[in-house]
Amino acid sequence: MPYLTEKSSGSISTVVLGATKENGGTRGYTLTIGGQNSLPFQNYEGVDPHRAVIAAEILDIEPVSWPDELKKAWGGVLGDPAAWAKKAVEGGADMVYIKLLSADPDNGGRSANDCAETVRAVLEAVPCPVAVQGCGVDEIDKGVISKVAEAFAGENLLLGLAGQENYATVTAACMVHKHTLISSSPLDINICKQINILISEMNMPMNRVVIDPSIGGLGYGLEYSYSVMERGRIGSLQGDKMLAMPVIGFIGSEAWKAKEAQAHESDFPKWGSEAERGVLWETITATSLLQAGIDILVMRHPDAINIVKAQIEALSQPVTAA
Amino acid sequence: MALTGLQIFKLMPKTNCKDCGHPTCLAFSMALASAKIALDACPHVSAEAKESLGSASAPPVTKVTFGVGDKARETGDETVLFRHDKQFFHPTCLAVTIDDNDPNFNARLETINDLMFERVGEKVSIDAIALIDKSGEKDSFVEHAKIIADKGKFAPIYISNNAEALAEAAAATKAAKPLLYGATADNWEAVAKAAKEADCPLVVTAANINDLGALTEKVGAVTKNLIIGATAAGISQRLADLTQIRRQAIRKKVRPLGYPSIISVVGTEPRVQVAEASIYIAKYGSIVVTDVADKASLLPLCALRQNLFSNPQVPAQVEPGVFAVGEADANSPVYCTTNFSLTYYTVEGEVSSSKIPSWIIATPTDGTSVLTAWAAGKFTADKIAEFIAEIKLEDKVNHKVVVIPGHVAVLKAPLEEKSGWKVLIASNEASGIPAFAKEHFAK
Repeated sequence: MPYLTEKSSGSISTVVLGATKENGGTRGYTLTIGGQNSLPFQNYEGVDPHRAVIAAEILDIEPVSWPDELKKAWGGVLGDPAAWAKKAVEGGADMVYIKLLSADPDNGGRSANDCAETVRAVLEAVPCPVAVQGCGVDEIDKGVISKVAEAFAGENLLLGLAGQENYATVTAACMVHKHTLISSSPLDINICKQINILISEMNMPMNRVVIDPSIGGLGYGLEYSYSVMERGRIGSLQGDKMLAMPVIGFIGSEAWKAKEAQAHESDFPKWGSEAERGVLWETITATSLLQAGIDILVMRHPDAINIVKAQIEALSQPVTAA
Repeated sequence: MALTGLQIFKLMPKTNCKDCGHPTCLAFSMALASAKIALDACPHVSAEAKESLGSASAPPVTKVTFGVGDKARETGDETVLFRHDKQFFHPTCLAVTIDDNDPNFNARLETINDLMFERVGEKVSIDAIALIDKSGEKDSFVEHAKIIADKGKFAPIYISNNAEALAEAAAATKAAKPLLYGATADNWEAVAKAAKEADCPLVVTAANINDLGALTEKVGAVTKNLIIGATAAGISQRLADLTQIRRQAIRKKVRPLGYPSIISVVGTEPRVQVAEASIYIAKYGSIVVTDVADKASLLPLCALRQNLFSNPQVPAQVEPGVFAVGEADANSPVYCTTNFSLTYYTVEGEVSSSKIPSWIIATPTDGTSVLTAWAAGKFTADKIAEFIAEIKLEDKVNHKVVVIPGHVAVLKAPLEEKSGWKVLIASNEASGIPAFAKEHFAK
């Protein structure tokens, strides 16, 4: 029974994150993602040239409401984004993803300038490519993202999130100041395409776009994101260019929302130790979506990051077609 | 290769007797061609027709059952490669190993027997106990097989290279219908004979799919009750082999590969085993065998299986009703949403992170989200008012205030009028609930 191989007419675009000195940035290295023309890890029937990468999620406010297990894993760095980023990269993360939550009036309402200073501190602390998003309030994020884009022009940051309401501002900022953007849609493949079309109509080069199709964590909607992502990958391979970008997913924040990731063994003795359960809840949210085609995994727990990284390595080994 | 309805019709009795439940032989032929019905639904079909239709009408992946009674598990019988194409029908069976040399055998068996959980209102558990012949001694293996068949709470799988040990274990416990693992190029004749005599399903193993296909053809002459064991070295090769086995069976109806699959994890460290098992649950492992037996490791795997084997055409729902988040009491606020589980659990998560004990009403909307339900007339002032009365919300709390999602702010006035409750409007998205709660309900 020789292998039955399937050739694709389309492929995922190749996207570079970060810029080194030669290319106008200050990063010690860049990361390249995408470029596949086969289903995930089926490298015998196409090319799967760039591995999925893991971004550690860094918040600019201390995450006091995080589960204890997660806080314990990071030790004392949680109040200090630069120290946190440094520890994450030294611990195995390929890059960092900063959420500027402090811009939200409910979180102190720091100014766009102050937010940019946080980004500067992180950029100085780590050599890796850096992703930055605002606080989630569209009106405020327009100012914050524009400021960050301008202040670090040429760094090729990964900036987000560009949704239906604010895509024009984020896209313009990325185009002018040479960054890559995250096009974000709410678990709906048609809206995803629509936003990408709008972005491409602004003449944004599509090899500087990553898509966030929104995900649900394990046990809570994972199946929807799994199928949206899988359909997107299959559509891309069949030649749909408006879906054919690398995919980013917020694994950590979704996984750790689950009751099963957080609940203490004393309250749910039949669920086993929470220390193990939370890490695995995040791990499996990640490993299952790898099979649907995710390219950037934004994660929280250092142990989960390392387990998933090892899986990506193992899955990427060349296959011998029978 | 698949036949068309008309090709099948030519071989039918053409009596239109309706005994199969279809109005005509042609209708039956069409149903058979699209695999909606099995050939044996026609009691009058000739032996000759059976012969020529049997293979064409068989499902692309056979269905294999092991274990009996409550412990029985059906596996295989899948028809699509991607869940969004239709549905995956038979959830991956999770098997946990135990070996016959384990000095704490009984304690380990008890631990395994306890791998049952309840989450989101559903009972989930592992499915099988895989006994490994570590002693290399036939008597020890058979004796432990008897214990598993008798005291194990899940279906038995016997793993040994020793044909005699497998044969004796199968014969001694055939009432439990164990899965025998397995037949290799070297021992298949003896093992296949034993499996046939004990009427047990059998695993056929080889290191690549060429050898697997060749072997299932040979063994298939003795018994067709088979499961394919892919044993290539390395995760990436195993994933590729599993993908090919399923793809060839479904796309090309390649018979020698049209069986359910069984796969063991190659990793040794427990967390790595769990991660690896999740890959095979997503991609085409019918039975996945791990050594990990702790609850915290198996619960997430069970949850993944619940997710991926759900029907994509049917939205996941929660039971309509009113639910407490935290230590909710008569003074706690009340949020109203729909019974689409994704919506409900998103709201529950945010309400819970507001750290203010509350009630949530899951209004019956046939599992649709807030805006969809509103547009379809399932989340209206009338329906909500009716449901508030039905669940006797006024007996639960000593206030008359209910919070609705910002997206359906238009319901405020009519709902206040119909229900007599004061209505507060929260954020459009659930993510705004903690801030909303802080503003309105913080003491």
